[in-house]
Amino acid sequence: MAHGPAHGLTRWLYTTNHKDIGTMYLWFSFAMFFLGGIFALIIRAELFEPGLQIVEPNFFNQMTTMHGLVMVFGAVMPAFVGLANWMVPMMIGAPDMALPRMNNLSFWILPFAFAMLASTLFMEGGAPNFGWTFYAPLSTTYAPASVTFFIFAVHIMGASSIMGAINIIATILNMRAPGMTLMKMPLFVWTWLITAYLLIAVMPVLAGVVTMMLMDIHFGTSFFDAAGGGDPVLFQHVFWFFGHPEVYIMILPAFGVVSAIIPTFARKPLFGYSSMVYATASIAILSFMVWAHHMFTVGMPFIGEWVFMIATMAIAVPTGVKVFNWVTTMYKGAMTFETPMLFSIAFVILFTIGGFSGLMLAIAPADFQYHDTYFVVAHFHYVLVPGAIFSITAAVYYWLPKWCGRMYDETLGKTHFWLAFIGLNLTFFPMHFSGLAGMPRRIPDYNPLFANWNMLSSIGSFLFGAAQVLFLYIIIRAIVSGRKATDQVWEGAHGLEWTVPSPAPYHTFTTPPKVD
Amino acid sequence: MLGKSKRLLVLPLHAIMAACLPIAAWATEWPLNMTEGVTSVSREIHGLHMQIFWWCVAIGVVVFGVMFYTIFAHRKSRGVKPAHFHENVTLELIWTIIPILILVVMAVPATKTLVHIYDTDDADLDILVTGYQWKWKYEYLDENGENISFFSLLSTPASQIQNTEEKSEHYLLEVDEPMYIPVNKKVRFLVTAADVIHSWWVPQLGVKRDAIPGYIHEAWTRVEQPGIFRGQCTELCGKDHGFMPVVVHAVEQAEFDTWLEGKRAKAREIAEAAKQTLSFQELYSRGEAVYTKNCAACHLPDGKGVAGAFPAIAGSPIATGPVRDHINRVVNGGVGMPPFGEQLTPVELAAVVTYQRNAFGNNMGDQIQPIDVVNFKQGQ
Repeated sequence: MAHGPAHGLTRWLYTTNHKDIGTMYLWFSFAMFFLGGIFALIIRAELFEPGLQIVEPNFFNQMTTMHGLVMVFGAVMPAFVGLANWMVPMMIGAPDMALPRMNNLSFWILPFAFAMLASTLFMEGGAPNFGWTFYAPLSTTYAPASVTFFIFAVHIMGASSIMGAINIIATILNMRAPGMTLMKMPLFVWTWLITAYLLIAVMPVLAGVVTMMLMDIHFGTSFFDAAGGGDPVLFQHVFWFFGHPEVYIMILPAFGVVSAIIPTFARKPLFGYSSMVYATASIAILSFMVWAHHMFTVGMPFIGEWVFMIATMAIAVPTGVKVFNWVTTMYKGAMTFETPMLFSIAFVILFTIGGFSGLMLAIAPADFQYHDTYFVVAHFHYVLVPGAIFSITAAVYYWLPKWCGRMYDETLGKTHFWLAFIGLNLTFFPMHFSGLAGMPRRIPDYNPLFANWNMLSSIGSFLFGAAQVLFLYIIIRAIVSGRKATDQVWEGAHGLEWTVPSPAPYHTFTTPPKVD
Repeated sequence: MLGKSKRLLVLPLHAIMAACLPIAAWATEWPLNMTEGVTSVSREIHGLHMQIFWWCVAIGVVVFGVMFYTIFAHRKSRGVKPAHFHENVTLELIWTIIPILILVVMAVPATKTLVHIYDTDDADLDILVTGYQWKWKYEYLDENGENISFFSLLSTPASQIQNTEEKSEHYLLEVDEPMYIPVNKKVRFLVTAADVIHSWWVPQLGVKRDAIPGYIHEAWTRVEQPGIFRGQCTELCGKDHGFMPVVVHAVEQAEFDTWLEGKRAKAREIAEAAKQTLSFQELYSRGEAVYTKNCAACHLPDGKGVAGAFPAIAGSPIATGPVRDHINRVVNGGVGMPPFGEQLTPVELAAVVTYQRNAFGNNMGDQIQPIDVVNFKQGQ
């Protein structure tokens, strides 16, 4: 029964092992993180000073578009799917994912999708240049020819996400060890279960909207063309019906990660477990009713504007519950500050700051001034970078010893944390100010009024980028020559994944554990 | 302007110096906050912004205060033993209800301001604002049908953008033809677009409205003091999204009337000019100026275009084909190119078509007169 992995390339091509597939997802997303990071640094280099220095405006637009697409669909989402692949079966005492062959397929179509998307950079007319939100008719009638490849790539990414989500739901609902009731599941499993439902609900909507674009571009329909009786605003409604749940898809698993890490290093059980579950579910349900807050300036009728404002403000309540629970989990604990904990504490602080600016943006009249300025860029980077990226980083430090059986270097890990923390705040905090002062987003050049803040942002972004190169080095060093890890790894760690040896054997829980 | 490396060196110094200078000097170098603006709406928005900001600060002080206290006091290195509590229904109820109350307190004034913003009735003046790639068109609607319209284009010279000349104070926030509005009058903006979606924003007026093809949306303002107010397009609209600013001059009613009469006189002049016949040399040189201002951004100053995005003029089938097709393309646009029939006068259209047919090695040798353009437009 117990057999090891195959050897050579075929191990990775044909594997149906959740650990192998998880590893591939994580390395793939790390590669995409660097690719998206390079695009970001080109943007920041151009914005270092007023005037056009490095790139042309059209290429600049290609960079903002590709940066967003690669980071959202290539870095953040696959990283969380990778974490789910590795950890969900081990956390619920299952031997593997429920649908292992589909698991292989859902990973292996991703590199093709991104190869296709990246290849548009070398096409005549250039890569997609209409922003990651690809508003019609800029992305249809006025788009470069490569938009068709972009649409096909989005279809493949969506298929991959849907397959991944089906697999996670099937695994969680069917393969839990005896005694692992739903309300005993680790919060990471809960948040992923809810995220998977969000994915199944909204990825088809994304597929729908890009298909309508495809029809408009090639087959003469006018879904989004006013001249043919269509409606450009319809595009935005459909896109954000996908797009708003999408931002929770990128943050709910992050909630699960820090809900695992903070109790471990506070040596105290998670405060308010059941309210965490209900808050996550409330956020997921509310996420379907707030999409038009991205469209406060499109000219909705008053009552629509008002309803979306109130619904959006309501999201602050369950989100607040989560933050209060994390802080109370730390309260009267016995805390230590290893690298995963540092990233998790930074997550709580900085994600809360992102939440504050989110609350400000929810106030519809104020949004007339904030909308599409750098204030918005600051807001969503504060929820995505310290939110999604920091939690993924924390997760890697936290579970790496279980994955490869070796510890990372704590001093280097802490150095990475402080460089990333300073770099992040230096990059994104000034954007609040430049935005409030009136700088629109997605512009390659600006009035010298905004020069100082932009220069700080650019310096910060290169520091943040350098910190991630250090991260890569730390991981490789840990895998190659790290100190041997114990089975429990962390003194305060609880849960099934810490009961198996480090590194986790190729097959775990072939006999289900007993959970009481 | 200092060089790149020098600016970098003086940056920390800058920060220290700026901290010692009066607030005003600081604010121009390091602007921190949203403008209060010059209208009742912009002041209300600023008030809401500050109110929600201070709520966030207060919540942050409490939450982060507890957190930093915990990080300081409840650490293993101080020898503390962890507690084991993990539930407290009272506490959880309190921190659910208090945020709800804060949100209700915020929602009331926000709703009032929203009602105010949406009240576009009883305007004294209507201006149709149309977004084009990459300029704005302003049309003053007149009860007697004597509408005045003109385009407003970025006036910052390319040399400043390309860093060969020092940048002026209003770099990228200056236009050739600003919008004029009278002070203390309710001005209603009817906002739409001709190609892709744009967004018309003037921070100091507290007005931002998306300009969407197929829709006409309303916004309004009542400026209380004369002044010049600047803004930008705030919806990604293609290559030159960052280069289509908005400039509004608010002036006293008398000055506004004079300006409007001047515009009307100019419109009559243009209609007269369309009847004259120009020499080839005149057409060519005026055409060159029109080309530089309106065409060169995409088709490039040498007429070579950008492969796959913007076709070359040099040797193009349009510029070397039948005159009628050429005029049609410039007047009506097509294949992603915006129409110029409204934006340019008949003289300018005739000149630029003549220029394109005879420059960049296109030696067609023909010349187009303003009357040809007028006839073409009438024949449509």
